[in-house]
Amino acid sequence: MNSSCSCEVEVVNAQGMHARPVMKFVDLASQFESEVTVRNLSRRGEDLDGKSAMHLMLLDAAQGSRLRISARGADAAAAVKALAALVRDGFGMSEGA
Amino acid sequence: MEILRGIAVGPGIAIGEAVVLDAEDFRIPCRSVARAAVEQEREKFRQAVECSIAELERQTQWLLGNLGREAANVFAWHIGVLKDAKLQQGILRNIQEKAYSAAYATSTVMREYQRRFLQMSDPLLVERIRDVRDIERRLLRNILGDTREDLAHLTKPAVLIAHDLTPTQTAQLADTLVTGVALDVGGATSHTAILLHSWGRPSVIGLNDVSTRLSGGDTVIIDAVNQLVITNPDETTLKEYREQELNYTRLAAELDTLRDLPSITRDGESVHLLSNVEFPHEARTSLAKGAEGVGLFRTEFLFLQPSGFPSEEEQYRAYVETVRAMEGRPVTIRTFDLGADKYTQEKRYEHERNPMLGLRSIRYSLANVGMFKTQLRAILRAAVEGEVRLMFPLLMSLMEFRQAKMTLHDAMEDLEEAGIPYRRELPVGIMLETPAAAIQVKEFCREVDFISIGTNDLLQYLVAVDRGNEEVSRFYDPSHPALLRTLSDVVSACTKAGRDCSLCGEMAGSPLYALFLLGIGLRSFSMAPANIPEIKKLIRLATVAQARRVARRALTFETERQVTSYLREETRKLLPEDPI
Repeated sequence: MNSSCSCEVEVVNAQGMHARPVMKFVDLASQFESEVTVRNLSRRGEDLDGKSAMHLMLLDAAQGSRLRISARGADAAAAVKALAALVRDGFGMSEGA
Repeated sequence: MEILRGIAVGPGIAIGEAVVLDAEDFRIPCRSVARAAVEQEREKFRQAVECSIAELERQTQWLLGNLGREAANVFAWHIGVLKDAKLQQGILRNIQEKAYSAAYATSTVMREYQRRFLQMSDPLLVERIRDVRDIERRLLRNILGDTREDLAHLTKPAVLIAHDLTPTQTAQLADTLVTGVALDVGGATSHTAILLHSWGRPSVIGLNDVSTRLSGGDTVIIDAVNQLVITNPDETTLKEYREQELNYTRLAAELDTLRDLPSITRDGESVHLLSNVEFPHEARTSLAKGAEGVGLFRTEFLFLQPSGFPSEEEQYRAYVETVRAMEGRPVTIRTFDLGADKYTQEKRYEHERNPMLGLRSIRYSLANVGMFKTQLRAILRAAVEGEVRLMFPLLMSLMEFRQAKMTLHDAMEDLEEAGIPYRRELPVGIMLETPAAAIQVKEFCREVDFISIGTNDLLQYLVAVDRGNEEVSRFYDPSHPALLRTLSDVVSACTKAGRDCSLCGEMAGSPLYALFLLGIGLRSFSMAPANIPEIKKLIRLATVAQARRVARRALTFETERQVTSYLREETRKLLPEDPI
């Protein structure tokens, strides 16, 4: 069954969406079947592909940027929940790392 | 056929097959492929992705074992991008739909991403461009493999088309079969431009996107005489240019024999041959071509730099460089001829409706007196180093001249107060370019030290024709009897008043008009350095008596056509082999 789901989160880690956070996001998003898009609300940006390493780098998301993560597909709710947790958690990276 | 206008940094004409070099050192052999080869190109791309990922994984393993996780992480994103389905689809679609070659499609898509990163606000993300470029180069290396060619390996002469060249690449051109260069970028004062110049082959730069308009193997003409690049010329154009190329080669060979000979007529009258230069380093070319001085140093090149308005120090350095390079020969510096151009128009909220009749040239300088004074101070200081003459462009009334001179005196006082060395008694003249100034030439002669006739603008304003407008440019003809009569009147008025008079429009470098100009009494011609040898050759073959007769007769004709055919006939008598 297809469903869509979205939620807003804030980037908390100091480096923002740089190389490692981007790859963690891509790896996690790719585990879900649903289409994932991310939009940087702080920059009035467009919807970018959440499974694309290039697109996520184009988010231009720094610490404090607000993102809207959306998913569409069978596991949309689970995908949004897991990805939002990853961002809120600062991508599992301790500050200053 | 497309005609692109740029900035010439070398002399002559080159015709040949294009070799298109990508922004780095990759030569992308062709832009598109035959429909039948599309699947093959898609496969080439897929293979290149696999090879690139394998390379990076090996590298990551090695880094992990030797330098630790931090170093290995650097390439994690590179691998991520190569695996990116969105990116791969984009490139594959370009191959499929546009029949692009794998290399060209990769380069196009990666460039697009580089442009998007350039627009980012986070400075650290802007640095990502370097990563994207790195990924692009890795892919291109894997796509082009052994077919990638070094310029040194060219087997036949070719014209090099590139986005940009590094100074190192440019310095190596002399060892290749490259016959001409066209570049997208326009850093005319860059090291690359200077090296291209000393390379001495035809080059045109600042063409914006020439590297995207040509594919390997296309025919291209580099016309450094007229600052043009012509892509895929038609038969007629190609034929015309082949003749010009031949002529140019022959003339260049005569240069050595002419350079050190005086420019003097057969009946012993000396004629001064001066050069028009755009950039300081052209002073050296002028000397090589036998110029006795710089008759027109255009200063607008200072605005080509990205920082916009040039500081007094930057200007001072450029002027001093030119003055010193001329080793004591006179240098006429023209103040900024701005207006109707990119620099001034970008600063306006509303574009001028008729910029050629608008706030341009001396009017622009007098309206921006701070800028004007900065330039005058730099010129006054540089004048300590040699024979500098100061020239104001596009005057239309004596009031303007007086106002400009007042600003000059202000600049002198500033320097005096600050205790900065400068030259007080430098000759101050005008570029005579408006019909008004031509009519009032006697009055101007009473106040100016010299007059230089700018026939390009003078003709435009006399006949009210914009030569840049294709629909009317055929009416722009220097043979117009009204121009000839005006020139004759201006030169006689200057001679009577004992004022030094020269001509620095394109006419001065055209053999067709040399006899006429000599005949009306002009003794000082200022032209592009490349034109000096031919004009000198003509002057050495002529006599003043004969030139006077030609001028008198030319002034009796009623139409442009009669004038042109008469002058051509007379010039051919002296230069039977040259296409006039």
